[in-house]
Amino acid sequence: MNTGKEKPQSAQSSQVQHANDGPPRTHTAINRPPRNLKRYVSVFRIRLTYSLQYRTAALAGVATQFFWGFVLIMVYTAFYSASSSDPSISLPQLVTYVWLQQSFLAFVMLWFRDDELFRLITTGNIAYELCRPGDLYGFWYAKLLAQRMASALLRCFPIMIVASLLPQPYRMMLPASLVSAGLFIIALLLGLLVLVAISMFIYISVFYTMSPYGSLLMFTVIGEFLAGLIIPVPLMPDWLQDIVYLFPFGWTADFPFRVYAGHFGHTEALFGIMSQLIWLVALVTLGRQAMKKALRRVVVQGG
Amino acid sequence: MIELHHISKSFKVARRSSGIANAFKSLFSREYTTVQALDDISFTIKSGEIVGYIGPNGAGKSTTIKIMSGILVPDGGECRIMGYTPWRDRATYVRHIGVVFGQRTQLWWDVPVIDSFELLRDIYKVPPQEYRRNLEHLTETLELSNLLRTPVRQLSLGQRMRCEIAASLLHNPDILFLDEPTIGLDAVSKLAVRQFIRTINEERGVTVILTTHDMHDIEALANRIIMIGRGKLLVDGKLSDLRSRFGSQKTITIDFRSSQDEPASVASVRELPGIQVLSMANERAVLLVDTDQTNISDVLGQVSNLLEVVDVSITSQPIEEIVLNLYKEHQL
Repeated sequence: MNTGKEKPQSAQSSQVQHANDGPPRTHTAINRPPRNLKRYVSVFRIRLTYSLQYRTAALAGVATQFFWGFVLIMVYTAFYSASSSDPSISLPQLVTYVWLQQSFLAFVMLWFRDDELFRLITTGNIAYELCRPGDLYGFWYAKLLAQRMASALLRCFPIMIVASLLPQPYRMMLPASLVSAGLFIIALLLGLLVLVAISMFIYISVFYTMSPYGSLLMFTVIGEFLAGLIIPVPLMPDWLQDIVYLFPFGWTADFPFRVYAGHFGHTEALFGIMSQLIWLVALVTLGRQAMKKALRRVVVQGG
Repeated sequence: MIELHHISKSFKVARRSSGIANAFKSLFSREYTTVQALDDISFTIKSGEIVGYIGPNGAGKSTTIKIMSGILVPDGGECRIMGYTPWRDRATYVRHIGVVFGQRTQLWWDVPVIDSFELLRDIYKVPPQEYRRNLEHLTETLELSNLLRTPVRQLSLGQRMRCEIAASLLHNPDILFLDEPTIGLDAVSKLAVRQFIRTINEERGVTVILTTHDMHDIEALANRIIMIGRGKLLVDGKLSDLRSRFGSQKTITIDFRSSQDEPASVASVRELPGIQVLSMANERAVLLVDTDQTNISDVLGQVSNLLEVVDVSITSQPIEEIVLNLYKEHQL
């Protein structure tokens, strides 16, 4: 890695005289960038295998998601049959939207948390993470990503398969077109990356609050509403929809599902994917800054 | 190799008295006190040394280890280790060190040990051959072969600690920081851990800094001790020097057979010069001998003339007592 990077920001002025007598570089030969990603991939892999072990939890999850899906669809069916005005999204589209939400819950829910990371911070086990070479943001990002991927992998297929075989009005539609399907996958994965970047802020904030649940609550209440997980965004009044898309949350959950349902056209989808990319870069940059700042004042808890 | 100059670190601690009223009050205004965890600590450690870093609880041992391993940033002072400033050059520096925190775990709880090792291999980018060689060597010396495929949660504490130590050595560090590596271990595991630490120090020349409350660890491993208390450096010296300063006393335990003229001979034993009778009853005498005043063989000769000796054991003053004396001397 490069040692020059961290030098200028160090707080200790008394050490400045030493900043230039370079440390011995015995390991430079193996520090070329292409291999740098490998350690994050390894963290990702171990977390993924770790999480894939929990089959019973996944089964219970699938059952819960079905229950929720049915309840929501019943409510919306009732609304639609009683509605006098023309809703902006058709019922079959909305049903699909609901099933996708349930299938990819792990990709969209902010409350989906890694208690281990919280414990790491509040109990001081972070000491070990801090004496590893590499970037803590990267390690944690990889872990969170893997955990969500594992959970979704275990849950999404059973839900989607069964939901697409259900009788009307509960049946989930196939994607509007092949292009929509492709765009949906891109949008969904980018949405996941954005969501993990957002959730990193929850973990970083725990350095300050020392209270995982406080941090989690603040983020989830606001975030999940703005992601359309409480009321689907297309059913919100126009002025609220405009506000929702000032925040990144809608790009994680609402946007990919509407691409699938064909509620967004291809050009709109492409435009949206661009926005997702911009949000991703912005959030990761901000997150890394925040993490660096938090680590400088870190107090390792518990002796 | 390791140089600390005038390192200081303080923590702000929120305080309140007990009770609901005070808890409520602390919602609005908090009182903080500053705890000086480290106060002007300086020492130098040469390559290949084993240093025992001791002190009572809360003395600042772990804080020092954390500063030396780049985790904490001190408030002031300088620290150069192998040419690096740990907290500033953290990412590069940490490849050269291994750290074991006895009270924490670095292994993944639900997966086999070997998975954690392979993850560490990738994190430290240990070349495959070097990794295989290290793993083989560690497996052999720490007897891990049966443990590697077991999930960590099913290991006993002693087994886990052996794995933890192996995990921190997979990348061939030059320095090993051990923060209470034998805490909670049984006698057999302690011996195994000590034996291993000595081996890697001798064979690989790894510099070891060890904090512990178990004085047998120190006795078995460290030729130098650094003692701190309340954040201040108290003693930095050879264990043998310390012993000669405080440890001139030996305890002799004598079992003897009772006889008719016992009262008289017991009385004469009490008269012997340079000794202090700690107890004398039930055919057993415990004597404290100051070797500055008399020597052991004289005492034994005199005692065996007076009593029919069955068994004798001689122990030097345990190092715990030496350390307790030191604590007392520095009023900790």
